[in-house]
Amino acid sequence: MENVGDQTVFLSRFFRSVFSGGFEWSEFVRQCYEIGYRSLTLVSITSFIMGLVLILQLRPTLVDFGAESMLPHTLSVSVIREIGPVITAIICAGKIASSIGAELGSMKVTEQIDAMEVSGANPVQYLVVTRILATTCMVPLLAMMGDMISLIGGYFALNFTDDISFTLYFTKCFAALDFTDYLPALVKTIFFGFAIGFVGCYKGFNSNKGTESVGLAANSAVVTASLWIFFIDMLAVQITNLLYY
Amino acid sequence: MIVMETEKQQKYKRESTKTDEVVVEIKNLRKCFGEKEVLKNINLTLHRGENLIVLGRSGQGKSVTIQCIVGLLTPDEGSVKVFDKDVPELSNDELKDLRTKIGFLFQSGALYDSMTVKENLEFALTRVLKVKDQQELDQRVQEVLEGVGLPEAIDKMPSDLSGGMRKRAGLARTLIVKPEIMLYDEPTTGLDPITSREISELILEMQKKYKTSSIIITHDMDCARVTGDRVLIMKDGEYVAEGTFEELQKSDDEFVRGFFLDTI
Repeated sequence: MENVGDQTVFLSRFFRSVFSGGFEWSEFVRQCYEIGYRSLTLVSITSFIMGLVLILQLRPTLVDFGAESMLPHTLSVSVIREIGPVITAIICAGKIASSIGAELGSMKVTEQIDAMEVSGANPVQYLVVTRILATTCMVPLLAMMGDMISLIGGYFALNFTDDISFTLYFTKCFAALDFTDYLPALVKTIFFGFAIGFVGCYKGFNSNKGTESVGLAANSAVVTASLWIFFIDMLAVQITNLLYY
Repeated sequence: MIVMETEKQQKYKRESTKTDEVVVEIKNLRKCFGEKEVLKNINLTLHRGENLIVLGRSGQGKSVTIQCIVGLLTPDEGSVKVFDKDVPELSNDELKDLRTKIGFLFQSGALYDSMTVKENLEFALTRVLKVKDQQELDQRVQEVLEGVGLPEAIDKMPSDLSGGMRKRAGLARTLIVKPEIMLYDEPTTGLDPITSREISELILEMQKKYKTSSIIITHDMDCARVTGDRVLIMKDGEYVAEGTFEELQKSDDEFVRGFFLDTI
């Protein structure tokens, strides 16, 4: 319960700092670059492989039912609605939450956060607001890009065994989707991004003083952020089902 | 070991600017961490223009005291007044205003390691004092870096600096906002004797230039001797002795004399 209380206080400090003025634009842009651009390669590779593997796994089953032509539909629905956002968020939790947790944890250990505080500056404004908003903006963009690359991976897999044109493949992919597939997926990635940034910052900012605590903060950030992602996903699916189906 | 004062140190010591005005007043301060009572009953006054040295064994709560002064820690009991304002009772905005008048030099320097020295120095200027004019920023950074003898390090990253240079850069970062009170947390720890001496001289030089009042926590007796107007000795969360360096050097108390063995 004490932990929940601390997190609530930290969250309220975040929101107070967001609306207190003096937004750190240059640090925000730097964080977007660090978080977004530097995760591109990892997200691209894993997304491509995911699309490729999904088609290879799905194909034998659908062939048994004579539904081979449904492969692009099946892939696009599963990737856009569920697998793409969740896998991208999990990758980001591993890469970004741990990096934020370790960075802020080491700043705490070396008294840099205290130094900001005693100088009269607001460390939450500079360190936390920028990182949480950067992850909130970048994770949805990474997830969208990851979705597209997964579909491209699926196209390559399909062409190992079948012959389908690029245009026909993507026409079939998008024909299976409508607004109710895109919007909930986009909204939940915004929450995933927020959770990744918040957990990373909270764990780093509240780490104990000692080098061991830096590792603990990074590790704990990944585990907690991953759990939050699955929890948010579960809620998002329930809400989407209630609203649209 | 016989410690000789340099001409420069003698010059600054002679010009001590201590007045009767009290800038920091601590009464019956008590602070616990869990079951451990770190500060039992701390009473302290710092006068304007004075250099107050705090000596004590490691883990006795010397740093905790100055962290209470700057509002990083909240006391369990007692009052901590800075410029007659009770620090634990201040609102966030009042505390922020007060902190602009207090400089805190951390043991490690605590430079922001993702920024250059120049960006470190500009950080509080642009965010707290809201100085936006780049020409003024450049001028103040240049002036304070020349003051601490580090003008060539302006574009260096903290990782490229030596221990002594980090201390100097940390000192420059606190002095650039022109604080009225300086709190030094072991300013010479981890430095070689020559650099330690240079930092001690720098503390005196900067005190004269910026007319600050200082609390200096140190284990370095050379630093205590050349910078301090008054010395407090801490034992088990309380101050057990107070006086000038020379007075305490001649103390009958074995614990107090233990600090001065190498200086006689």
